[in-house]
Parts: sequence; structure tokens; C-alpha cells
Amino acid sequence: MTTATIAGHEVHVDQEGFMTEYDEWTEDLAQTLAANIGIELTDSHWKAIRFLREDFEAEGETPTLRRVTNVGGIPTKELFELFPKKPAKKMAYVAGLPKPAGCV
Amino acid sequence: MKRLLVLGAGTAGTMVANKLRPALATDEWEITVVDQDDSHHYQPGYLFIPFGVYTSEEVVKPRSRYLSAGIELVLGGIDRVLPEENLVKLADGRDLAYDYLVIATGTRPCPDETPGMAGEEWGKSVFDFYTLEGSKALAEKLKTWEGGRLVVHITEMPIKCPPAPLEFAFLADAFFKERKMRHRVEITFVTPLDGAFTKPTASRLLGGMLDERGIALEPDFYIERVDNEAKTIVSYDEREIPFDLLVTVPLNMGAAFVGRSGMGDELNYVPVDKHTFLSPHWDNVFAIGDAADLPTSKAGSVAHFAVEVFTENFLQHVKGQAMTRSFDGHANCFVESGAGKAMLIDFNYDVEPLPGKYPFPGLGPLTLMEERRMNHWGKLMFRWLYWNALLPGRRLPVPTSMSMTGKRKVATPISPVEKEKVQ
Repeated sequence: MTTATIAGHEVHVDQEGFMTEYDEWTEDLAQTLAANIGIELTDSHWKAIRFLREDFEAEGETPTLRRVTNVGGIPTKELFELFPKKPAKKMAYVAGLPKPAGCV
Repeated sequence: MKRLLVLGAGTAGTMVANKLRPALATDEWEITVVDQDDSHHYQPGYLFIPFGVYTSEEVVKPRSRYLSAGIELVLGGIDRVLPEENLVKLADGRDLAYDYLVIATGTRPCPDETPGMAGEEWGKSVFDFYTLEGSKALAEKLKTWEGGRLVVHITEMPIKCPPAPLEFAFLADAFFKERKMRHRVEITFVTPLDGAFTKPTASRLLGGMLDERGIALEPDFYIERVDNEAKTIVSYDEREIPFDLLVTVPLNMGAAFVGRSGMGDELNYVPVDKHTFLSPHWDNVFAIGDAADLPTSKAGSVAHFAVEVFTENFLQHVKGQAMTRSFDGHANCFVESGAGKAMLIDFNYDVEPLPGKYPFPGLGPLTLMEERRMNHWGKLMFRWLYWNALLPGRRLPVPTSMSMTGKRKVATPISPVEKEKVQ
């Protein structure tokens, strides 16, 4: 576990840069995290990010792409447009959540 | 009389019933197991059927033969569980009441969940090898196939036996070489993961093995549909991969009754505590094996290690005591690499597969993370152990929890390239 300074705040991150402390995340940080991976956040992005945050708080784990589509109501196709190529990882990264554990 | 009801007489369910029968007094406890049919499949054997190594007789036996005396087997489909009433309703109208319930109904491939997958080309140029019918049909196809573009494909994680698609690609490479037609076959491995496998060290190693064999890797491919006319698979980000022969692992889902009963997640897996397998919602409901939503591989080896922990915990739980054993997510898998060799990997929730020896540190006789003949023999011998020692619930001479003794941590955990992957 290491720390990184993002937008002037020191936060805990894993080796790949995913934030590991739920409460350290802020909406300002999300803007910077998104910029890091070349994404400018629109309302559609925020809808996905807010779902991820709420779902993590309720379930204790980062939702899968399937869950964001089925429960969050955002079509998979749209997620690929909003967060190109690796939507599951990129959404988690911007939302300040652990890397999705679905990959086992 | 109390009743333990086990749903599913596969690897996990059979072991649970057989391990608990001698530990629960017969004048106090009934053990009833429900399954839809009386055919127990040795599922790891499916992998070899397309290449003519195993026949279906070698991988299917009656379930009833593997349940100890004093265990009742009820054959019938499950309509739903009513967990508030401690009742299971069977499809034929019978009701089964329980005091404790263990859900062990596994996971299964669902090609219908992907548009076009179970379409016109299913069984002609689109196959799976996660069912007996699928692997037999593929064996027939391979007998006369003259070559072209072979695409080995994973729809979505999690799948049971995560290394199996890689093993299929390795065995296919060896099979076509043996038949002197490798030059007529282009093999592509298509996966929703960002590399050949799930965990970094194994992913690099297995990725290297794909390279050595001239197998192309197409990562981060999340399938939207199969185009039966164009004979392509199409991803959500509109990549198209043409095939002459598609060998796919369809979406894996838990049993449909789990969904109907409102007890599962989006894929019909039952949420349970990852260390004890107890449901967070019902204090007399457990799920074990592939049916549970555990963050480890869906595999028989996991079920085996899990049942060892579960049995002791269950006996404490029914006496009202705290459960003292904690499952660590231990899994190990033989990874068949073709031409009579295999690798062995050993890992758990927290530690990825690392090099070393197994099951005895320093001695082996099996070597972790390297291709060896001994591992291939181990894999073939395991089928005998499965029928004769594992299912009957005999203790195998291997530790339940993963050991770090003698294992070598591999340097360079995260390369800049992997860091790039997020970005």
C-alpha cells in the first residue's frame, strides 16, 4: 500500500493507482483521476460514477460491468463509449474504488 | 429428526453429504440430496474429449453410486427455495422441508445469453466444450476439419475452471502439429481479461506460452454478439474477429432456481461469507462450490478445500457454537500445455500463483509454474483420485490451506506497461 498526491491531496492507492480508501475520494479528485486517463467527465459519466459509489457503499465491492448495466441501468454499449476499451477498470479508477475483483 | 438438505450432487454436494454423514448421528439427522438426474460428470475430463483422449464413459458415472449409505438421493428439478419457510419446492410439486440447507448446484454455460451464439452456426462452426454434448460434437468436427481460423473465446468472467480455455488452445496447437496441419490453422485466443490469465505472474507466464506456440492474443474483448452470416464475433467497442471455427466458453451462470428464489446476484450466484460459506441473510443456509459468489476460481479443487473447512464449521454451527475454521480461497489447477506436459498453479484469495514445489515444499514431486511431464501424469491420475478418494470424502494427503513455504516471490510486480493498461 502506498500513497500518491492527487490534486494536492495525499491519498492511499494500490500498485496500479486505484484508490483504496472509500472516504478519501471527492468529486474534485474524480476530475483529476479522469483527466489522468484522458476522460473529460460529462453528466453521463457522473451517472455511472455515482452508481458505482452507491453500490460499493451498499455491497462492499466494486460492481461488475454486468451489474452497472442490469442494476444501474446504463447499457454496456454506452459504458464502452464513456470509458473506452476498459470500462470496468476505468470506472472504478475514477470512482476511487478498488479494482474490480470479478477477474478470478 | 432434523434434516440437512443438500441441493446438487456434484463435486461439492457429494463431498458435503459424504463428509457429514459419519459426523451426524443417524437417529438425529436425515441427509437428503437433490439432483435433477443420476449422472455425475467428471467435468475436467471434457477438455480432453475433443482431442479423442477420453470417451464419455470415462467421465460419467451414476451419482447414486458415490453417495454413502444413509444419504437419500431425490431426483427432480428444483422450482424454488422458500428460505423464510425452510422449504424447497420441486418442479413436480413435491415439497422438501429442511432445518439446514446447502446450495451446491454449481454453474453452467448459457449460450442463449449472448445474441447469436446459440444461432444457426451452433454445432456447425460454433462449439463449446463445457458440456459433454458440446465436447463430443467438437470431437466429431475436429476429425474432419481441414483448417482455417480457430478462435478460442471466453465470453465473460467468472467461468468455471479459468485455465481451461488456455489449455484448450495449447492442446489444439499440439493436436494440429501432431496431424501435420498446424500451418493451415491460425489460432486466436480472445478474452475479456487484459492478458492471458487473471493473476499477474501467471498471466505473464501463460502469455509467453501463447507466444511460443504462435497463438495470437486478443485481450479486453467484451462480446456483444455472434454474427452467424459473416462468421465473426463482435465486441461492444465494435471490434470484429472472423472465425472458421469458434470454440467459445459461453456466459456461466448459477442455477435458474437461485434467481427465481431471489437468493442470487446478477449471475444467480448465492452471496455467502467468503470464509464460512454462511448466507448473510439466513442463518441456516450455506452455499458451497461454484454456486457461491466466492472471489476465487470456480473449480473442483476449490470445492474440495472448501468442504474440508465447511464440515467442521457446520458441526459447530448446528450446536450453536462459533465457527472456528476460515477458508482462505485455496485453489490449485493443473494447466495442460500439450505434448504430454502440464503446469501446476497454487493460489488463494490473497496470494497469486508463485513458483515452488507441491504438495511438499522443496520436494514436490510436482513443480509449480513450470511445464513438466510429471504434472501431466498428475492431471491424468487425478481422475482416478476423484472417483475413488475425493468424492467418497477420504482425506487426500494435501494441506487444505495454501502454504507459502518454499515458494519464491517473483520480482517486478507491476511493470510500467501494466500500469499503462489502466490508462
